[in-house]
Amino acid sequence: MTRTMTVTKRRTYAAIAGGAALALTLAACGGDDGEGGGGGGGDDEPTASSIDCEAYDEFGDLEGTTVNVYTSIVEPEQQTQEDSYDPFEECTGVEVKYEGSREFEAQLLVRIQAGNAPDIAYLPQPGLLRTIVEDFDAIVPAPDATAANVDEYFSESWKDYGTVDGTFYAAPLGSNVKSYVWYSPSMFADAGYEVPQTWDEMIDLSDQIVADGQMPWCAGFGSGDATGWPGTDWIEDVVLRTAGPEVYDQWYTHEIPFNDPQIVEAFDTAGEILKNDEYVNAGLGGIDSIATTEWTAGGVPILAGQCWMHRAANFYQTQWPEGTEVGEDGDVFAFYLPTNQTDVRPVLGGGEFVGAFNDRPEVQAFQTYLSSADWANAKALTTPMGGWVSANNGLDPENLATTFDQLSAEILADPDAVIRFDASDLMPGEVGAGTFWTGMVDWVTGSSTQEVVDRIEASWP
Amino acid sequence: MTSTPTPPIASEDSLTTQGASGGPRPVKKLSRLEKRAIAAKGKLSSPWASGIAILLAILWTVPTVGLLVTSFRPQIDILSSGWWTTLRDPEFTLSNYEQALYGSSANLATYFVNSIVITLPAVVIPITLALLASYAFAWIDFKGRSILFVAVFALQIVPIQITLIPLLRQYVQWDIAGTFWTVWLSHSIFALPLAIFLLHNFMKDIPPSLVEAARVDGAGHVKIFFRVLLPLLVPAIASFAIFQFLWVWNDLLVGLTFANPDSRPLTVAVADLAGSRGGDWHLLTAGAFISMIVPLVVFLALQRYFVRGLLAGSVKG
Repeated sequence: MTRTMTVTKRRTYAAIAGGAALALTLAACGGDDGEGGGGGGGDDEPTASSIDCEAYDEFGDLEGTTVNVYTSIVEPEQQTQEDSYDPFEECTGVEVKYEGSREFEAQLLVRIQAGNAPDIAYLPQPGLLRTIVEDFDAIVPAPDATAANVDEYFSESWKDYGTVDGTFYAAPLGSNVKSYVWYSPSMFADAGYEVPQTWDEMIDLSDQIVADGQMPWCAGFGSGDATGWPGTDWIEDVVLRTAGPEVYDQWYTHEIPFNDPQIVEAFDTAGEILKNDEYVNAGLGGIDSIATTEWTAGGVPILAGQCWMHRAANFYQTQWPEGTEVGEDGDVFAFYLPTNQTDVRPVLGGGEFVGAFNDRPEVQAFQTYLSSADWANAKALTTPMGGWVSANNGLDPENLATTFDQLSAEILADPDAVIRFDASDLMPGEVGAGTFWTGMVDWVTGSSTQEVVDRIEASWP
Repeated sequence: MTSTPTPPIASEDSLTTQGASGGPRPVKKLSRLEKRAIAAKGKLSSPWASGIAILLAILWTVPTVGLLVTSFRPQIDILSSGWWTTLRDPEFTLSNYEQALYGSSANLATYFVNSIVITLPAVVIPITLALLASYAFAWIDFKGRSILFVAVFALQIVPIQITLIPLLRQYVQWDIAGTFWTVWLSHSIFALPLAIFLLHNFMKDIPPSLVEAARVDGAGHVKIFFRVLLPLLVPAIASFAIFQFLWVWNDLLVGLTFANPDSRPLTVAVADLAGSRGGDWHLLTAGAFISMIVPLVVFLALQRYFVRGLLAGSVKG
């Protein structure tokens, strides 16, 4: 261990000092071996024997065929994705070629137009699926076997997100739970605070923290050219809580205008926290620092004891700096963003969908595998660090790596939970990936709610 | 670097004035020019000017220094405070570089090789073709030469972005999509107009008498090209080679669109370092410095050619 460390260090020095490409090449080989060995050990954990290979018999002999997968999921999650295909590859002899890129959303459309579409793409938004179905003649409907799996393992609403104009195209893959507030259990215990059960209790707790001489909330909306999206999640969560799921559906389908009084009320309710200079932005600066703080850094002041609460999705779990322990008695944990509603328990969610651009039997077989409970469990087992969950009800929570993921799975599976998909992903791109984002930045940097919602409404196509 | 251009201009002036006025007085003329040069030097090297130059240099360098300092800071520090706070509380680590180089199966060092494999042919191919084309444009009189030259030159204004999809479609039809060939071809296509323009201007500057003398001695096109012109063209070729090298090495768009996962250049890999949701952006500083090393070495080593060649090719055109 120590020996490899020093070698690696020396090589890094050499690389920095000399920039000699050769040295790096050699170092690459050295590094590769170590990694390969480590990864190989992990590969064996999920046992392929547990999956039922007969499910893929109907697709014929697939030995030696290849399926190309193109996604927005890159390292380090890429490895866990690839590992989770092993049982399928062993069953059928199909080789799955994985390609991840952060430029996925732009490049996928380029490839489709050039006639170079991948066999399978993981679409992170239903809005993108709709664009592809309506603008290009490339995507193919999901095979019957996949549809049967989705009927069996997913709730009706998840199937609807993968359906355009009555045709079912894309089965859900992973899912996100966004209605979380991150906090430090030990800080709460030391101060004698309790996890709030209703929105009012949460505001009372915030006031209590202010009275104790601290700032309760921290937030960050920065995300490169997508800056503002964490803000849209905030608003969506609050719309679900102040106006309810029915109004939420009317809102993203534009049955009610964006500047409807109920939406304005939700903005103002969120503003009681986000635009309250006694509440934010703990450890980071004034209210306007929300706009410039990277979303990944938004919760970090919790670790320094400067901030008490940070609303972020379940995938924030993997964004904590290395060495942070996530757990009920660890450094950080999350509670469900509470609501005053007693009849419903709204949950804001998100997820990817599997779109296919080819109907070769091996592609259909792979689509079917991805929509099965077998895959969900295999993925859970190949993700030892956690940070992944699925709405697939065949997923055994025991297989999930962390108690936090189990909590997410529990929320997704809760029959009382009213799950709504991220509205900005469902709205037209001009709004959902445009003015809604920029509007959130304007909103925290001084614009009034009315100005912002009027501007977004005016931009609705 | 900024001071380098001055001497050639001065000598060029002296050459022309010398040629115009002819014979006996060049010594006097030169000395006046020299005086002027000295006066200009005096003005340029006033403490004020130097101060401003140094200030500009510092301001210009600060972001890069910040990047360098950041690349050695621990993750938690990068996330929670600015790089300038290291003055107060210095804490450095190599873990960013380790993670960027060997952190995942996407090993940056393998992409280093890809970048080299992509860059070398993408520099050699356009230069070879452009040399031949510019020779024809400069020294072979054929019908429609001017129109063709203007057409080639006009291609420079076609933005690379609008050609991506048609080009990729063509590659898919030819069944070569995803290989190194598409990347080399694309870089060559995008480089040729400027390469032909620069080298043509340089070739045109070579006195016709040289070429004519060679022709009188019985040299054909091939001999003229290799024996007479090529040795004179070395600075221009070197400068364009550096130019093209830096452009190809730093290119993200072409690599992203045309290269398949196995032939991705370093830039594409660095762009993906930040992780699916951008959570690992603290690795980007280290990644940026790793990818900067080669162009930096090339640039520093060949700076002289770079400046000289740029002046030779474009300014005189």
